[in-house]
Amino acid sequence: MGPVTTDTPRSAPSAPASPRPAPAALLLDAARRNMRQYGMLVALGLIVVLFQIWTGGVLLKPNNVTNLVLQNSYILVLAIGMMIVIIAGHIDLSVGSLAAFVSAACAVMMVEHHVPWVLALVVALVIGAIAGAWQGFWIAYVGIPSFIVTLAGMLLFRGGTQILLGSRSLGPFPDGFQKISTGYLPAVGPDTNYHNLTLLLGLTLIGVVLVQEVRSRRRQRAYELDVLPQGLFIAKCVAMVAAVVAFTMTLASYRGVPVVLLLLAALLIGLGFVMRNAVVGRHVYALGGNQAAAKLSGVKDKRVTFWVFVNMGVLAALAGVVFAARLNAGTPNAGVNFELEAIAASFIGGASMSGGVGTVFGAIIGGLVLGVLNNGMSLVGIGTDYQQVIKGFVLLAAVGFDVYNKRKVGS
Amino acid sequence: MSAPVQEAPAVLEMRSIVKTFPGVRALSDVSLTVAPGEVHAICGENGAGKSTLMKVLSGVHPHGSYEGDILFQGRPCAFKDIRASEARGIVIIHQELALVPYLSIAENIFLGNEHATRGIISWHETLKHASRLLKRVGLSEHPGTRVADIGVGKQQLVEIAKALSKEVKLLILDEPTAALNDDDSAHLLSLIRELRDQGITSIVISHKLNEIAAVADSVTVIRDGRTIETLDVRDPATTEDRIIRAMVGRDLDHRFPDRTPYDGDPGAHPALEVRGWTVHHPIDQQRKVVDDVSVRVRRGEIVGIAGLMGAGRTEFAMSLFGRSYGRNISGSVWKDGREIRTRTVPEAVGHGIAYVTEDRKQYGLNLIDTIARNITTAALGRVSRRGVVDEHEERRVAESYRRSMNIKAPTVFEQVGRLSGGNQQKVVLSKWIFAGPDVLILDEPTRGIDVGAKYEIYTVIDQLAAQGKAVVFISSELPELLGMCDRIYTMAAGRLTGEVPRAEATQEVLMRHMTTNNMTTDKR
Repeated sequence: MGPVTTDTPRSAPSAPASPRPAPAALLLDAARRNMRQYGMLVALGLIVVLFQIWTGGVLLKPNNVTNLVLQNSYILVLAIGMMIVIIAGHIDLSVGSLAAFVSAACAVMMVEHHVPWVLALVVALVIGAIAGAWQGFWIAYVGIPSFIVTLAGMLLFRGGTQILLGSRSLGPFPDGFQKISTGYLPAVGPDTNYHNLTLLLGLTLIGVVLVQEVRSRRRQRAYELDVLPQGLFIAKCVAMVAAVVAFTMTLASYRGVPVVLLLLAALLIGLGFVMRNAVVGRHVYALGGNQAAAKLSGVKDKRVTFWVFVNMGVLAALAGVVFAARLNAGTPNAGVNFELEAIAASFIGGASMSGGVGTVFGAIIGGLVLGVLNNGMSLVGIGTDYQQVIKGFVLLAAVGFDVYNKRKVGS
Repeated sequence: MSAPVQEAPAVLEMRSIVKTFPGVRALSDVSLTVAPGEVHAICGENGAGKSTLMKVLSGVHPHGSYEGDILFQGRPCAFKDIRASEARGIVIIHQELALVPYLSIAENIFLGNEHATRGIISWHETLKHASRLLKRVGLSEHPGTRVADIGVGKQQLVEIAKALSKEVKLLILDEPTAALNDDDSAHLLSLIRELRDQGITSIVISHKLNEIAAVADSVTVIRDGRTIETLDVRDPATTEDRIIRAMVGRDLDHRFPDRTPYDGDPGAHPALEVRGWTVHHPIDQQRKVVDDVSVRVRRGEIVGIAGLMGAGRTEFAMSLFGRSYGRNISGSVWKDGREIRTRTVPEAVGHGIAYVTEDRKQYGLNLIDTIARNITTAALGRVSRRGVVDEHEERRVAESYRRSMNIKAPTVFEQVGRLSGGNQQKVVLSKWIFAGPDVLILDEPTRGIDVGAKYEIYTVIDQLAAQGKAVVFISSELPELLGMCDRIYTMAAGRLTGEVPRAEATQEVLMRHMTTNNMTTDKR
């Protein structure tokens, strides 16, 4: 099918071709469009610098950076899924309970029935998918608001957890299962004082990033689109390489890349790509932005909503597995308030209550803001009581900043 | 600028108002003089600055955020918010009604202004006072009725009753009839005249020139943030063409593109044929909203559907398009001589049918997303490979539509919600043209947009037909149907009541068919 052309003769005198925008204008435009995310990235940077100074350099020590990743991994996994749910215009209150239920199921399978851990892992993810499908069915096909369905789910799965475990904690788990949360890439090659495989991974990442940037720039040129000027482009590449190098060296000088980090990276890249570039991702944004219009444009609204919740279910299960592996036990009170942390991370990372807005990358940023705050405040000895108060203010400030910005631009 | 010929001292004078937003100068130099006890119309293209001017007047844009002076009843005004202007008797009724749907009529009328002593509401007094106000605006509903349960026309009257409760002296109505049918519009306009006789001055923003002629005493035309002129409506020299010329700044010899009438082979299979289409109301399933409607459209033909509000035109179109409306739908759809299934929107789109909604904000656009992404939503497959969207290709496509459709926006990454109505409509049209349909159903494609943009959209429709697409054109504006269509169906109360070829169509003929309940002509 060829493109349908409509050479509309203009009734108004045609405007003169707009001059090429200046580089500063291009930057400003990009910044304005991504205000919230860049704003939060800057805020994250400031928080890191603040605690780095306050803790006398402990925050960014290799072992603490590794620790940060491990501590926050399950919340980040949940935040990625939650972000997608919120973009679609819904909410999921059940993820903490579901994670607990899945970790309890893992514990019962492996400890009581001696199921091989790989099989237990697969069953755990299937349980998550089924739970997500269950909730997705009521939300998408029956039309019950997600708040209600997942509130019910929160009770159901929490109850299920307590039925499975009673008041016991079940553990320990097989070594392989524990490694999901506590394992690192193996050390290989000559002794260089650094973790070789991590260095290799970092180098590969730099290569991939640079090739991607150059290719995308070339394609933009081919389509005669505006590109960043040479100088800025190089500056951007240098900054990205520097960030990767710093992070790689930090991890490599401790025990290397944790397994969970690979998992997170895969989720970030995979789901980030789906949300940004895949047709399905577009449909999620369209649904959240205006469900009626999306439907009349041929978006299969029910199916998309259903799969968004299946995805959330699987991610919740994954978070449950990671949490159980870290704790090396299944406990009836696992995952309490996880859903709230994930929701907070999403909103700090740029989601909007009415849906249609946000990115997977934003969820990670939001999760890290909370994570660094937690870690940093613990390091300087602020009690959990005051930590909660401060996190509450941060959430309020982040969303308030966004609301203020929208008003300023929009009026 | 010519001042109106008026002897009485002005009730309202706005002098050289300048209002700038970051990056945009919305009003460059607007002056407005309104005589006491008159109905003063303001017209201008969308984006000309009418609404901004009224927001300045009513204190939505507070004093200090604009330059220039406002004198009301001879005294200068410095409103810091809406309450301040209402205290002086200036009340604005916005296009989007500001009523709370689940509160009663009476509660809405006195919202923020309750009949209460020490915070306790006196319901007797509220209801009594509300009944009195409802009588004054000619609304026969019980004041305890929920606003959600009455039609838009009646809601508009509730808004006016609310204004009256505030001892209004100057009533501002922003496109009051945009969402109303002809009966409700007529009632509203006569109410505005009655209020004038009671000494209430009104400012009416309107696109509908016949309404201005019917209700206004004088009209001020605004273009590109400047006052162009004020005309006396009773002056015979003030014709519709005269006003249009002032609005667009050029002569419009014809409001419609010259169209070569359809001369295709009448024996060929119609591109789209619908037989015996019947649709029941989604809630009241006994009621037939569309009753045994059969229509056909050929390639290259523009076929109109005329009808008053509630005739079932939109319901017919939406039920046809993937059963997006109604229950118990029966009848068959044929395309190029073969029966097709259009039970879901993707099926309908797959068969080359496109439906451009009458309500672009609710059903047509994702207002928080960009122009580019809105244009591609209905045919993402055409800019993607193996389920992955090619953003560069998407941008190229969007750019080409921005240019060819003359969408006024700096880039295709502009949020659609920030565009004017006409430009939003062009985005919706682009979306469906990009989907590459054979049959386009256009539901009120020019509703609420200005004269210049209307002409551009007519031209696009004309070209689509010239490319061999079949076009169904649903409209409430008869001149538009007469100017554009090769053949016009009329509907009334869910039934098809007439089929009139271009040569025989006049407003009178169509209106007669639209107001009967039986099929009066039966051509072929």
